[in-house]
Amino acid sequence: MIEKMKEILRHRQLILILVSRELKARYRGTVLGFFWSLFNPLLLMLVYTVVFGYIVGGGRMAGFPSTKFYALFMFNGILPWTWFNASMMESSNVLMVHGALIKKIKFPIEVLPIMVVITNMVHFILALPVLIFFFLIFGKPLTLWVLFLPISLLVQFIFTMGLCFLISALTVHFRDIKDILANLLTLWFFSTPIIYPYESIPKALKMVLNFNPMTHLVESYHFAFYYGALPHWKRLSVTVLVGLLFFYLGYLIFDKLRDTFVEEV
Amino acid sequence: MVAVQVQDVYKFYKKFADRHKFLTIKSALVNKTLFGDLQVGERFEALRGVSFDVKTGHTLGIIGENGSGKSTMLKILAGISQPTTGSVITHGRISALIELGAGFHPEISGRENIFINGVILGLTRKEIQEKYNDIVQFAELEDFINHAVKGYSSGMFMRLGFSIAINVNPDILLIDEVLAVGDASFVPKCLDKINEFRRHGKTIIFVSHDLSTVERICDEVIWLKKGQIEMRGYPKRVVDAYLEYVGKKDADKYQLQHDKEEKKAQHDQREIDGLQNPEKRWGSREIEISNVKMFDGQGKEKYLFKADEPLAVEFDVQAVGSEKDFVFGIAIYNSEGILCYGSNTVLDDYSAKSISGRGRVRLAVPTLNLISGTYFLDVAVHKFDGYPFDYHHLLYTFRVTSGQRDVGIARIAHRWEFSESIRLEKNENS
Repeated sequence: MIEKMKEILRHRQLILILVSRELKARYRGTVLGFFWSLFNPLLLMLVYTVVFGYIVGGGRMAGFPSTKFYALFMFNGILPWTWFNASMMESSNVLMVHGALIKKIKFPIEVLPIMVVITNMVHFILALPVLIFFFLIFGKPLTLWVLFLPISLLVQFIFTMGLCFLISALTVHFRDIKDILANLLTLWFFSTPIIYPYESIPKALKMVLNFNPMTHLVESYHFAFYYGALPHWKRLSVTVLVGLLFFYLGYLIFDKLRDTFVEEV
Repeated sequence: MVAVQVQDVYKFYKKFADRHKFLTIKSALVNKTLFGDLQVGERFEALRGVSFDVKTGHTLGIIGENGSGKSTMLKILAGISQPTTGSVITHGRISALIELGAGFHPEISGRENIFINGVILGLTRKEIQEKYNDIVQFAELEDFINHAVKGYSSGMFMRLGFSIAINVNPDILLIDEVLAVGDASFVPKCLDKINEFRRHGKTIIFVSHDLSTVERICDEVIWLKKGQIEMRGYPKRVVDAYLEYVGKKDADKYQLQHDKEEKKAQHDQREIDGLQNPEKRWGSREIEISNVKMFDGQGKEKYLFKADEPLAVEFDVQAVGSEKDFVFGIAIYNSEGILCYGSNTVLDDYSAKSISGRGRVRLAVPTLNLISGTYFLDVAVHKFDGYPFDYHHLLYTFRVTSGQRDVGIARIAHRWEFSESIRLEKNENS
């Protein structure tokens, strides 16, 4: 496994150039260019704020002091979720989209899902200044706990990467995963404390939600920004272990299926 | 030094296609066959025990029919797919021209694609920077290099792809049929480049249907047939053997088809469609032609001839009354509709005296002297002034095969002679 990871590291220049190509190509031809990676989560937050904040009145129900703060809280969670969600969706397609590379060139295939996750991570990082900007203008000061961000980032990267290895490899053989995935992710979104705070849910449900690694990941972002407090260490440590396990299993299956990609893509 | 060593390589493809239609992840999980399904099953044997090696600096050609395993072999050599069993050892950097421009991103510029493709092919950014100008220049894309690749013509696309792949500066170059799509002026340039590679002592493996190029640039040729090496050796010998095999196979197929059509015509108790078609048959029928057949030198009915074989055309004639003015004629057209030869009894200095009732006409040709191809036959009987009794236009087909690859309409008998200061040697088997 360590050998294989070293092998991946040797391809870092390739990963780098592919990521920059993805970033460049994605918004080429659009008027707003890379600003879309800021606007997309922003628009999503606006929609949720209007629907859940104003229409449903979820902010008051969940005990937020104002709808503005509720919006901040949601934006705080939507950003990492978007990274996760987009990575998963794109991984389900990435080997097929780049079939020419797999079939016609000797190419380190694992680079493709890595490229997807890193590209979306870059979008996430680029959106962070916007989040900070809104914290400042809505009058919610940031704390030094923001410095915990890299840890959350790393844990999420490992966890997402594992799932993306798995998804990208399996969709080559089972194309139906692509269709199931979108629905599954919607369910997953609502099972993660993004539009509601973790503390507001009933105890019985908490038990269930605790099994969701994304719960603790999104919570760690909430702690870094919105709560401005030390993250829940125990839960996060377990999440790290779960993330590593997923990464290991995901890569293992990907590696096992690798030789079948050329013929099946 | 051996650059490439292939040892007893087998490659099986699993035939998933049928079963996968009903296979979902659920059923795979339920039946616990997730991995099992991916490992066993019906298989197609693309390569069956192929072994060969290529010395450093040699150019090896691989020929064979579609589906004989050529491309599979090349993909295994390139490391794109793995042999099922057996081993492949290569020494040096490999560049495979299997699909030019694979991995180009249409939305970004040619310049950026050069860098990305270069890195994909294993160069570092610095190496690409050094070769950048050569690449652009060779591709003749100086004016377009900053434009998005999606706007490129297929020729420009291919030139850029070739240029990058060749500038990777490999020790072993694998080429799969890519030159078939190039425009007329670029292909010679590519061949020049390939020749330059040969001069620099690089190893090349070349898969192509273009047999004359294979013969010209290769030191040795392997003929793959159904996943096995049928023959290996001196290019001309292998290419000729292959051509003979393909020609014979074609011929068998043609004879079979011809027999089938003949049978069908007899079975229907009707003349072939053409005989009722006014565009293919016209005339007053005061004299009627029927039962047109072709024979070889031994008098056996045949529609497939070797170029230097004798043949004969025979047909029955039936005159309603009695005629004094009549001319028999034939004409041979090739598949492009060009008249190769035509003559009649008048042109051959016969003057008609009389015909009545039934009769039979035979035209004997000692040697055909046509080049290989499909030909169409006209048979006619008409008056001296051209008034048609019965004209059969392009109604009969026959084929000619030839071991030689001369070109033109007809084979003109010839012989080479050289003065003493010029020395040529006749090749062994021609």
